[in-house]
Formats: sequence, structure tokens, C-alpha cells
Amino acid sequence: MSTTSVTSASGTTGPPATAVPLEADLTVVARRHPWRWVGVGVVLVLLAMFVHGLATNPGWDWPTFFQFFATKTVFSALWVTVQLTVYGTVLGFVLGAVLASMRLSGSPFLQVVAWGYIWAFRSIPLIVQLLFWFNIAYLYQELSLGIPFGPEFVHFSTNNLFGPLGAAVLGLALHQAAYAAEIIRGGIISVDAGQTEAAAALGIPKRRQFFRIVLPQAMRSILPNGANEVISLFKGTSIVSVMAIPELFYQVQVIYGRNSRVVPLLMVATVWYIVLTTLLSIVQYYVERRFARGTTR
Amino acid sequence: MIDVKGVHKSFGELEVLKGIDLEVEAGAVTVILGPSGSGKSTLLRSINHLEKVDRGLIRIDGELIGYRRRGDKLHELRERDILRQRSQVGFVFQNFNLFGHLTALENVVEAPVSAQRRKRSEVEPFARDLLERVGVGEKADAYPRQLSGGQQQRVAIARALALKPKVLLFDEPTSALDPELVGEVLDVIKELARDGSTMVVVTHEIGFAREIADTVVFIDDGRIVESGPPREVLDNPVHERTRAFISKVL
Repeated sequence: MSTTSVTSASGTTGPPATAVPLEADLTVVARRHPWRWVGVGVVLVLLAMFVHGLATNPGWDWPTFFQFFATKTVFSALWVTVQLTVYGTVLGFVLGAVLASMRLSGSPFLQVVAWGYIWAFRSIPLIVQLLFWFNIAYLYQELSLGIPFGPEFVHFSTNNLFGPLGAAVLGLALHQAAYAAEIIRGGIISVDAGQTEAAAALGIPKRRQFFRIVLPQAMRSILPNGANEVISLFKGTSIVSVMAIPELFYQVQVIYGRNSRVVPLLMVATVWYIVLTTLLSIVQYYVERRFARGTTR
Repeated sequence: MIDVKGVHKSFGELEVLKGIDLEVEAGAVTVILGPSGSGKSTLLRSINHLEKVDRGLIRIDGELIGYRRRGDKLHELRERDILRQRSQVGFVFQNFNLFGHLTALENVVEAPVSAQRRKRSEVEPFARDLLERVGVGEKADAYPRQLSGGQQQRVAIARALALKPKVLLFDEPTSALDPELVGEVLDVIKELARDGSTMVVVTHEIGFAREIADTVVFIDDGRIVESGPPREVLDNPVHERTRAFISKVL
């Protein structure tokens, strides 16, 4: 409609047709965005100032940074941090899976217990909880294995069973489990109920319905959140430095306590945290790609 | 083949099925018609024990579905036995419910392998034949999202056939499809009917019902209002409600 009206308008009032190209052939010129270029300029200057500062400000003290970055002390501290992360993640997600299945179970009792656990451990700050575990021997000097309310078979001294590292892992894992449970549950309920129904209608065994049909599809939404949790736990391990466990952040504090070069040593910890988080993100990318079969996003 | 006796079912306060009696002969095609909310899907789903009935019996080939009778009590079967019974019944859903992370072929192969413990190597060629038969042979390696609605539903029919079921149940198989895709799915179902499969189809396609049904059952408000050959029920309905419904749908 509009084309016809334009043609007729130019036919009556426009300049001679020989001077201009045909209207259908006119060149399109995109709108310009000068303020975007201003923004780019400002950000570039700020970035340049930052990089320049990193290189020239003597406060960064790069020689000290390189002196400590790849030392044996730092490596063994890093190893403790990695162990805390791995054990915390594995135990946390295993317990989280149990809690999620309790919350999704048909038993109101199990649902309430799991809900109560999640409520409690999300309510207690991690650092408070860790200090409780660190002082567990004050409440229970001995732990034993036996029949509940009946005879006991084996006794342990609580302090021998939980070293500080054990207490830290326990605290991190119990805390992590509450969050992992909700992530896993969220993933499972995000899978359309029609999938289980179709599997049930086909007579696929219950266990296989879950592991073959539901879980692979739930992983799509569990993975990004789960990776977030692993990364946040990895950095969160720095909190156990309050229990004098020689993980990365604690060790760095010990070193700068001796030589008072705070900034370069904080940078040592920072760069290691960045390196490992980057590795985790790369792993996440490939694992997610593995579970993206059959999807368009 | 299918024998439904005095089936009642409530969802909370709402009674959806108010005493249904229905018999389906082997090789016969039964089409269930009725307004939405009349209980036709619930009836179909209870034949597969996807819904537990509150009262009444359902038998397939003489076997009580979902329950075991002991004296004058019905004990619900163990999950494993229910699943075994279901693997003898093919069910096709309105929304296809194909497994999104599996290819068309994997969708078809899954149940025979995991529910009937057949060998994957021997099921696969059979599954390819089935896909060929419903006209999506060249889409065996595509994921459901890469298929049109009509193709997805045809894969879903192949998936149901893979169990070599005694009966096939279709729950509004074309309701979620674009109008131009309805025909290709109906053609597949027609062909199955011609091959002598025992089928129960819930649908709104009156023309299709007239063409394939041996028996048309009209359900309203949880009861069977009338049933019989399509020429009687569709063309000369006895009941006012049937007449009103058919004039609205046509």
C-alpha cells in the first residue's frame, strides 16, 4: 500500500526521474551511534590507567609476588584448598541428593525432615557452624558405633576422629548439602511431568526412568547452578582459615604476617583462585555441552 | 480384549467417572467422543493404570489391571508388575512426550530394551522398520525438537508399537497439531486400524471417527450416554446431549 502511494507522490511532485536511481534501489545507511564510541573511549582510558598502575606502582611489588607464587608452601596450601573443595563438593552433593529425594518422596515425614535440615543449615552462617564443629569435642568427648540406645561396639575419641581438617570438611559439606539439595530438586522438578508419565506408560523400570529419562534432562538446569556452588565453595574454603587450617588463604596470611608484604601475597592467593576458577569454568563448559543433546539452547 | 466394569474415579470432590462399563473386542477400533471435562481422557488413562480407579475393574485379555484380587479385596500390584502390564499396552499422548534428549531411534528402542529386556542389536533394525512404516524413516537420528509436530507424533506412535502391544490407546493424538499436519498422523492410525490392531482413540475428529470406528462411545459428565456403530451414534443419535455435541463439533 505505502509503496504505491510513494510512487504516485514522486511521480507528481518529485524531481525528474532521470537524475535519481529507481526508488527500489536506494542505498540504506545505518543509524550512527556516536555516544557508543565515546563510551568505548572512556573505558579504554580507564583500562589503560589500571594496567599502567599494575606495571608501574611499586606497591604491587611484583618481585615478591613471583618470589612466593610458585613456592612449595603455597603449593601445599593450594592442595589443602583443593582437597577441601573436592571433599566438600562430593559429600555435599551426595547428601544433597539424598535430601532432594527425601523432599520429593511421598512420605510427609521425610519431606518435613529434609525441609527442616535445609532450613537449619541455610539459617546458620557457615563460619558459626564451622566453629561449632571445631569445638565438637567440647560437647561429645567420645563417639561410638553400636545399636541405638543399646550396646556399643567401637569407641573413638572425637578429637582423633575429626582433626581440624575433618571438622572443616564436615562443616563445608553439611552446609553445601542444603544448597545442593535445592539445586538438585529444582532440576528434577524442571523436567516436564509428561516425560515420567511416558516412561511409566512404556513400562520402563522405575530406576531407569530416573537415571535414563529424568536425570539427563534435569542436568541441564542442575549444572550451571551446581558449578556456581562448586566455585563458590572453592573460594569459600578461605573461611576455614579461622580454624588455622593451612589452606591457601591462611598460608598467605602467615607469610605476610612474617614479612608484612600484604598486597603481593594477597595477589598470590587471588591469582591462584582465578586460575582454578577458570579451570572449573572450562570443565563446566564441556560438561554442559555433553548434556545439551537434543536441545536448541 | 478390554473389559471395563463399573469404573468410578474422583479427583478430590470432583467425580470424573461415575460408573463406566465398556467392552472392546480384539481387533476392534473404539472411538470415544465427548465434551472436554467429560472424563474420556481419565477413562483412557485408567485402562493403562496411569490413573488409579476408586471402584470397578479393568481387564485386558482377562488380566486384571493394576490390582490383584484376594477374596473380596483388590490389592494394588507392586510397581514392577504394573510396569510389566503397561508394557503390553501402547499409549500415545496428546503432547507426544518424546524423550527430548534421545533421538527418534533411541526413543523407539528404549522401552523394548529396558522394559522387555530385548537385545539392543535386534531391536534396532525393528525400530528402524517401525519408523519407516510411520513415514519418518529418514529422521531416525533427529532429536524431537528438530521434528515437526506431525513427525513427533508419528515417532511417538512407532515408540508405542515397539512394545508389540496387545492394545493401543490414543489420547487426542492430533489435538496439539497444526491443522495441516493432522492428516499425516490420522493416516498412520487408519493404517494401523486396517491391520487389525485393537485400539481405543479419544478424539475430536468426527470425520475420522466415522471412517475408522467400529464403535463410537459418547461420554458426558462421567457416564456413557450412548454407544454403537458410527452410523447410529453420529448420524442418528438417540440422546439430546449427543445430538447437541455433534452439531457443535461438525
